[in-house]
Amino acid sequence: MSGSSTADNVWILGASMTKFGRYPDLDLIDLGAEASMSAMSDGGVTIQDVDVLAVGNLADAATGVGQRLQKQIGQTGIPVYNVSNACATGATAVRSVVTSIKAGEADIGLAVGVEKMGKVGLLGGRERSDRTVYEPSGRYGAVMSVEGRIGTTLMPGVFAQTGMEYAYEHDGVGPEQFARVAEKNHQHSTLNPLAQYRKAFSLDEVMNAEMIAYPNTLLMCCPTGDGAAALVVVGEEKLKTLSDDQRARAIKISASVLTSDPWTERDQVQPDVNTLTRNAADQAYEHSGVDPADLDLVELHDCFATAELVHYDNLRLCEPGGAGRFIDERGPWRDGDTPVNVSGGLISKGHPIGATGVANLYEVATHLRGEAGDRQVPDATVGLTHVIGLGSACSVHVLERATV
Amino acid sequence: MGKQIPIVDYLVIDDGDPHLVAYESVDSGALYFDRRNADAKSGTTGFTRRKLDRAGTLRSFSIIHRAAKGVPVPYVSAIVDLDGGGTVKANIVNTEPDPDHVTLGMRVQLATFVAGTDDEGTECVGFGFEPGEIT
Repeated sequence: MSGSSTADNVWILGASMTKFGRYPDLDLIDLGAEASMSAMSDGGVTIQDVDVLAVGNLADAATGVGQRLQKQIGQTGIPVYNVSNACATGATAVRSVVTSIKAGEADIGLAVGVEKMGKVGLLGGRERSDRTVYEPSGRYGAVMSVEGRIGTTLMPGVFAQTGMEYAYEHDGVGPEQFARVAEKNHQHSTLNPLAQYRKAFSLDEVMNAEMIAYPNTLLMCCPTGDGAAALVVVGEEKLKTLSDDQRARAIKISASVLTSDPWTERDQVQPDVNTLTRNAADQAYEHSGVDPADLDLVELHDCFATAELVHYDNLRLCEPGGAGRFIDERGPWRDGDTPVNVSGGLISKGHPIGATGVANLYEVATHLRGEAGDRQVPDATVGLTHVIGLGSACSVHVLERATV
Repeated sequence: MGKQIPIVDYLVIDDGDPHLVAYESVDSGALYFDRRNADAKSGTTGFTRRKLDRAGTLRSFSIIHRAAKGVPVPYVSAIVDLDGGGTVKANIVNTEPDPDHVTLGMRVQLATFVAGTDDEGTECVGFGFEPGEIT
């Protein structure tokens, strides 16, 4: 079981993130160190207090990012986990620290997510030369590149197909509903100083932007970018020994769940992002005792507008099959029933892959602390974070404002 | 006609009408286009080969306008549920790539075409699905 039976509850003590964007003059480690130092300062601890470090990064995962980070923030000889788990990388780093504390191996842990992507365009879209003499190779005996010839495996098309599959199975979902998701997230981002983009677009502007992979236009796709986020996590017994101010601002991690995709018939050819998300959500609700209706805000994985819509249903934020109506009725807007991605989401806040899952927790924790400034969701006491990476990996966390 | 080779090994072009073939788990009936050490559904190791139906229903699609370099756009990437079992990814071909001509739930059938010719004159046979009903 993941996260249900615990020797010790686990809390967020400190949290920070850099503004997401493009940093030509800072390297990966600069960004990670900035978020780490800021999170430790926020939590009132130093590197000498940290018992375990987990660092999530995807693009440079083979380079010992955690140990390189230590050389900037303090080499104290503690265990370091370098974590790579697709778009769930950052959240998996958080969970690695959580499990170390629950196992009794650590009192305080530091979880960092960092990515430096720059402006790379379409991920996976590089040119591949065809063979000049056809010879079957690989697991499918292909004689030439099949990308674009036997469907697509690139992200915009795959996630477009995720949304269109939902439209096939449920009424009331079409290009306009998907576009409304992006209209919302761009609007939300105007209030977030940490977002990569902060520009509102009308529904027409979203729908008439350059088409990338129907029904996703450019404004319905997340950008690439750079950024980092970090959390200081503490066990409850340790937290009880800390100052009044530290305890008052601590946020309880009521569930920390990680799933992979169980076998489903169609996920052999089209990734099934639904089943493992539903499994993770159900585990998180069970572990935390929180009901979906209790949630004051949700940060979920809107890598594309088509993805956000299906996760309303997967995370039980709407009636089964009712995701189209949920967005039509403005349920996920910041003044709606369950505000979703008040940060601007991946679509506008940005998606430096390794950082994303940590930044989600930063965002929700900041609201639960009442420190989110202009974008604060009033009186927020419980929130949920969700990330999913194809392959697949899904992580859901439930956070609560509570007293200790 | 010169020598031909299928674009992937699960397309069969030399045994009657062109069709797709899958590995089928003896225990669970799960279908795979690539070899598996064990069935991802049941963990058992027995497989047979199964010829798949050439007709199906369009379950999902995306019209791709920004693609990998060298891939002509727009094109339609699709997920097709085959009659009798099996789900396959492929392009929708032989129709206009727009939402008026490509619609969820429409009936489609397997179509093959020459996707290229190599330096030795061998033709690569590709496949896709076109709107219509096999009679």
